Amino acid sequence: MSTTTAPVNRPQIVRDSMTMLRRNLLHSWRYPGMSAWGILQPVLFLVLFGVVFGEAFGAGVGTGGRSAYITYITPAILAMTISIGSMMTAVSVASDMTEGVIARFRTMAIARSSVLTGHVLGSLILNVISLVLVLGFAFVIGYRADGGAAGVLGALGLLIVVAYALTWLGVALGLSSKTVEGASNVILPVMLLPFFGSGFVPVETMPSGIRWFAEYQPFTPIIETVRALLEGTGVDGSQLLLALGWTVLIGVGGYVWSRALYRRDAVRR
Amino acid sequence: MTSTPPPQPPALVADGLRKSYGDKLVLDSIDLTVPPGTVFALLGPNGAGKTTAVEILSTLISPDAGTARILGHDLATEPDAVRARIGVTGQFSAIDGLLTAEENLLLMADLVHLDREEGRRRATDLLARFDLTDVAKNRAATFSGGMKRRLDLAMTLIGDPQLIFLDEPTTGLDPRSRRAVWDIVRELVADGVTIFLTTQYLEEADQLADTIAVLDHGTLVAQGTSAELKRLVPTGHVEVTLTGGETRRLPYGGDVRSLRTILDELDAADEQVADLAIHTPDLDDVFLALTGDPRPTEAAR
Repeated sequence: MSTTTAPVNRPQIVRDSMTMLRRNLLHSWRYPGMSAWGILQPVLFLVLFGVVFGEAFGAGVGTGGRSAYITYITPAILAMTISIGSMMTAVSVASDMTEGVIARFRTMAIARSSVLTGHVLGSLILNVISLVLVLGFAFVIGYRADGGAAGVLGALGLLIVVAYALTWLGVALGLSSKTVEGASNVILPVMLLPFFGSGFVPVETMPSGIRWFAEYQPFTPIIETVRALLEGTGVDGSQLLLALGWTVLIGVGGYVWSRALYRRDAVRR
Repeated sequence: MTSTPPPQPPALVADGLRKSYGDKLVLDSIDLTVPPGTVFALLGPNGAGKTTAVEILSTLISPDAGTARILGHDLATEPDAVRARIGVTGQFSAIDGLLTAEENLLLMADLVHLDREEGRRRATDLLARFDLTDVAKNRAATFSGGMKRRLDLAMTLIGDPQLIFLDEPTTGLDPRSRRAVWDIVRELVADGVTIFLTTQYLEEADQLADTIAVLDHGTLVAQGTSAELKRLVPTGHVEVTLTGGETRRLPYGGDVRSLRTILDELDAADEQVADLAIHTPDLDDVFLALTGDPRPTEAAR
């Protein structure tokens, strides 16, 4: 017996997380359907609202013209892209938890957190790819960012930070769902949030109750800040602060909740 | 001259393990000792607490009370040291169905921190050993029950565990796959690995185990070798069917002399025997005598 002499495996947080990330990327690569849908949906909304309804909506909203309206809604479309991308993590986490292999991971000398970290990093990479593709498509149909390269990079940077926070919320929602179907139900409400904010029409045009909600919900300051960065109109400090505040709250809340759920559910039956 | 090897510490010692879910007591103060390099079988019907015992001993859940040392390491205070030395193959396949057989093994190789080359080499070896080379590039979700179980075992083995928990390793398998798993267990033990097995099949415990512990309703009702347990049921019996159709169950001492006595007595009484069957005690009898339950395996099979 080599009880004392055998080299002992110890958890290695970075290496184990990278292994789990590879596993999740392999899943996405092999089953690209969901990731593709995560890109197609915002593109569809952009085509529908920007190209199809753009002329009329633009006139109504007062931005004037189709391309001006496309410019107006692109920040909301980008916010929608990361909200869908992040909430899809809930589905992949929930379906992962039904796999027996998760129980195996728990009996191995690996970093406990690596399973969830792998999901979060994988989701982040997919979010970045989706953001770039959706923004690229917006440029193709006539979007122009007056803020220039710096503005685009700043906006993408903020959106990626928000995506990171939202993904932890997605992980928690996925862990708390009893079924994969239950987890998939969380995508729609979060995806629709930009509509109940300043994403498609100015909040001033909304009835007072909804307007109050629209002004304070997380996506409005996020969309406003992204819009200001992309258009180079100068970021409103209070909006930025509100956007970051929401992001920290969602991220920390999602992380703490995920951790508690993952520790509790040692064995799922 | 042969020298006796120094006594080795047990591979597993559990002391007073207790677990309840709500007000249902699942394990009631279980004590276990497993010598290294042996097969230990925890035998019991469905719901006896076997899986809970494995879940505790493999660090998946914590006991409400009691302690355990596995390969010299305390379960509660050094769980990672225990995890580094054990392997677990559960009742439900612990494989990643979305990955291929080969990818599953390479994933395990990464997680036990083998370098790339060594990981590939071991994965290739295990695929061959478990007769999975032809399906190495197929997704594990498409595998049959027996193939999944073999892949599961191969994944368990990639980290060279010294103690392997097999929770009902042959439940749901066809007889051929069951024998394949038995052969693997025998090979592992020959290599010096300790096996902790749970089963509801008396035959499986009888075939494989050096030590058998019978678990019923969370309590250990007997522990010993197969032969020792059989001794708990004192004798077998002979069942004779007379030409008239009457069936008699006669006590039987287990040897030829005892059998001759029975036949002589039948002759003396001028009884015509149509059929005669000798029943030596088997684990079924032991189980029945100990737990009072009807044979639990029949319904499950």
